[in-house]
Amino acid sequence: MREHIPALIAIIPLMAALIAPVVAYFSMWLVRGISILAILTAHIFSLNALYHSLTVGTWHYYFGDWAPPWGIEYVIDPLSGSMASLVSFISLLVAFYAGPYLKDDTWLKKGIFYGLYLLITSGLLGMVITGDLFNLYVFLEISSLATYAIIASGGRKATVAAFRYLLIGTIAASFYLLGIGYLYAVTGTLNMADMAGRIQELMSSPAVLIGIAMIVVGMGLKAAVFPMHGWLPDAYTYAPPQVTAFIAGVMTKVSAYVLFRVTFFVLGAANGPVYAALTVMGWIAAVGIVMGSVMAIAQKDFRRMLAYSSVAQIGYIVLGISLGNMLGLIGALLHILNHAVMKSCLFLVAGGIKWRTGEHSIAKLAELSGKMPLTMGAFLVAALSMVGLPPTAGFFSKWYLVLGALDANMWPFVIVIILSSLLNAIYFFRVIENFFLKKREAGEAVKRETGAPKESLELPVTMLIPIVILGIGILAIGILNSQIVTNILQYSVPGGGL
Amino acid sequence: MEFVLDYRPLWAVLISLIAAALIMVSGRYPNLRETWTIAAAVGKIIIVYSMLPAVLSGQVLEMEPIDIVQGISLHLRADSMGMIFAALASLLWLVTSFYSIGYMRGDKAKHQTGYFASFAVCLSATMGIAFAANLITFFVFYEILTIATYPLVIHKRNQEAINGGRKYLAYTLIAGQLFLIGIIWTQIIAPGGEFVPGGFMAGKATAGTLSIIFTLMILGTAVKAGVMPLHGWLPTAMVAPTPVSALLHAVAVVKAGAFGILRIIGYVFGPELLNQLGVADVLAWIAAFTIIVSSLIAMKQDHLKRRLAFSTIGQLSYVVLGGALLTPLGLLGGMYHIVAHAFMKITLFFCAGAIHIRTHKDYISQMRGIGKQMPITMAAFTLASFGIAGFPFIVGFISKWNLAIGALQAGKALYVAVLIGSAMLSTAYLIPVGYMAFFKESTEFNSFGEARLDMLIPIVITAVVSVLLGIFPNAIANFYDLAAMSASQIVDISLELLGGL
Repeated sequence: MREHIPALIAIIPLMAALIAPVVAYFSMWLVRGISILAILTAHIFSLNALYHSLTVGTWHYYFGDWAPPWGIEYVIDPLSGSMASLVSFISLLVAFYAGPYLKDDTWLKKGIFYGLYLLITSGLLGMVITGDLFNLYVFLEISSLATYAIIASGGRKATVAAFRYLLIGTIAASFYLLGIGYLYAVTGTLNMADMAGRIQELMSSPAVLIGIAMIVVGMGLKAAVFPMHGWLPDAYTYAPPQVTAFIAGVMTKVSAYVLFRVTFFVLGAANGPVYAALTVMGWIAAVGIVMGSVMAIAQKDFRRMLAYSSVAQIGYIVLGISLGNMLGLIGALLHILNHAVMKSCLFLVAGGIKWRTGEHSIAKLAELSGKMPLTMGAFLVAALSMVGLPPTAGFFSKWYLVLGALDANMWPFVIVIILSSLLNAIYFFRVIENFFLKKREAGEAVKRETGAPKESLELPVTMLIPIVILGIGILAIGILNSQIVTNILQYSVPGGGL
Repeated sequence: MEFVLDYRPLWAVLISLIAAALIMVSGRYPNLRETWTIAAAVGKIIIVYSMLPAVLSGQVLEMEPIDIVQGISLHLRADSMGMIFAALASLLWLVTSFYSIGYMRGDKAKHQTGYFASFAVCLSATMGIAFAANLITFFVFYEILTIATYPLVIHKRNQEAINGGRKYLAYTLIAGQLFLIGIIWTQIIAPGGEFVPGGFMAGKATAGTLSIIFTLMILGTAVKAGVMPLHGWLPTAMVAPTPVSALLHAVAVVKAGAFGILRIIGYVFGPELLNQLGVADVLAWIAAFTIIVSSLIAMKQDHLKRRLAFSTIGQLSYVVLGGALLTPLGLLGGMYHIVAHAFMKITLFFCAGAIHIRTHKDYISQMRGIGKQMPITMAAFTLASFGIAGFPFIVGFISKWNLAIGALQAGKALYVAVLIGSAMLSTAYLIPVGYMAFFKESTEFNSFGEARLDMLIPIVITAVVSVLLGIFPNAIANFYDLAAMSASQIVDISLELLGGL
């Protein structure tokens, strides 16, 4: 059993996804239990595999005992292990959180929701742990298709947003597929490690150049790097609130991870064309950071503001990857973790506010701090972390990114990161002012129903626990970041070990 | 210097942080809540002052560094300069706590729980700033202080307060980010650098780079220190309740900026290097400009707290000027002025708050004859006014004397003229308030109605201390010896050769 853990990480949620709608017919409770249990198992296995990769070494798993390059290989190194742990952890919290949202749904809706949700989880986990470029595409499509469907379930506007995402997402996936097709044509292999050995001498081949360009663009689209972010704001705004946190928290990060994995571990970042592609991406990301933040300031809808903020934040990650030095990469990886935790927390809060008050417009939300103190406390921590103030997590990824940018003498990037912190401060303090200071005017944002005790709008425990865990997590990551970097992240970058 | 492993600097930071948590959970029981504040304040004083003998004997108490970022650690240490600020802030926190309780209850203010909790967090941050042993530790607490002060500035929750809060955040957050660039840059050219008397930056980079880093760091700290033209937030932030103005906008927050400038000059770059770079001259000019211009603006203010705010801006630049002179007595005078100004200005703010609570008068023109109603308050006010103007036997004289000698040591007699000019201007804008209070006739004030006792006692204490320190500069916490010790370490001469008063 234990030797199959790498495969089970992706397969357990996949199996659970298949039986979810059927189970839902018999018992509403059982489907929820099975889903959470499946994700929990995946999470425990991920942690186990991460631990193994750190103590024993990289874990190679051959499917059906077919050794690579013939068979499909799963590789758990510190990087993929920590990503899998992160994805499954956020997925677990959001699944737990989703309960009250689905209370009134029919068995079919509930079953399909959990089925799709597990498919996304399984797809993202698979993308992270696979060592095969084509297998990665398969998992990419599994997670993407399920995401289109789950976003579309959010109502009329969501259908349009989902369709738009479907078009762009399909184009992105096709770009990626074509890209690996070209690489396969010249190297004759799809295994990442095998290709990394063969492709070095083929770098000048036009086919490789086209392949690199297509993979970078494809993953740039999926990761919503500016200006390829068009699908994201609508998708995040209109998706069902209970899943936005998961999609926003980890989905784009996994694409950024793929970008990192392919460019640094397969193609080799120091090679001319890859280096050029990364440099271009870095500058685009820098523009995206500023544009995303400026657009976020302009938004009236809380969730839309967070969505544009995501566009900016994904820029941080790509920027760190494009810097390519140790500090920049650590900054990027730490920011993947930080942003997953912060943004999930913020979207969970947004979902909770919507659930209680039925309101998303920032201007109409007032006087929440007294009514939902714990939720607002977590929100405050997450917001300060987004601005990048010590001792929250966000400060430390910013620290590494600026350090990396200075080390590479990239002054424009330093200015962009600092400017972005200040723009973040503008749009988050505007929200803080509303939530904490503004007096409610009569008839505004009245609470909807949901049987909360008088005067209090605090969320039910199932929704509150994930929010509080993430809020505490932001502070914990901030304080413990040195441990995380020393023990995990520095082994996750190529040539690791500071 | 002898380094001794000791965790008291850390406890000095933590005690008020723990108090803040306790205050938050006991919000429903005001007396219990205030007990936490007082208990933490007393505890903090005990911790800080118990370290004093060791520090005076030349020891440096420091904790084991905790890694927070690769290569840089959270590191607290109590040295002579840090002790000045820590001893000052912890002492005045206790005084202000009594005053706050009186003020907030007298004002029947809302949100008192958040108020006292934020106050406690601010004090933790102040201790962290005082005891920080390297730039990153300093920065972490510096930013915590920025954020923890925000709820206090917007305490009244009206539009004016919110605007004041926005302005405050805009200034301090931008400054903080510039400071951060400087710190990260320093980390690259001098990895893991810790504060050393005399600085550690010499020879680490070209003169141009060092000048830019110095400018970035000074921009970051000068905003909190209210150096013109970066002072804009300070008068606006006076919308906060008076105890906040008193402790934070006269002692903790603005002094954190001034203290930071002295740390950067004395312990990061060092006078010798700055003399070569020549950038400190620019800072000195700006400080001199601020001293004169803010005094002129103060004369035009009719709102008492605004007048005091501009006076604060000017007085803070004394500290900056003292540092920028780069001479031993300049540094000594600057450090001691942190203490001197704190006691005098807190007295003035306490008086302004007492008048507000008792008579609801905020404008100087309304205060004719108020001395008949509140003689003790106004006597304390007048006394502190004379101190600000630099009259002998009041604490302000000690620091100004040293600053003047320090200017002469640097061969810059112009700054002596600035100090004298400023003293005259201070007399012109503060003494008339006392004059109006006692010698102008008014029908409005004829019944005797002093401030509440829990506000009056702090006023009397700080006023008496101002005089006491003016006669015996070492009377409390050996402030003068600490400043002399720090200054002599920075310029690396023996204490005997330092001179001064």
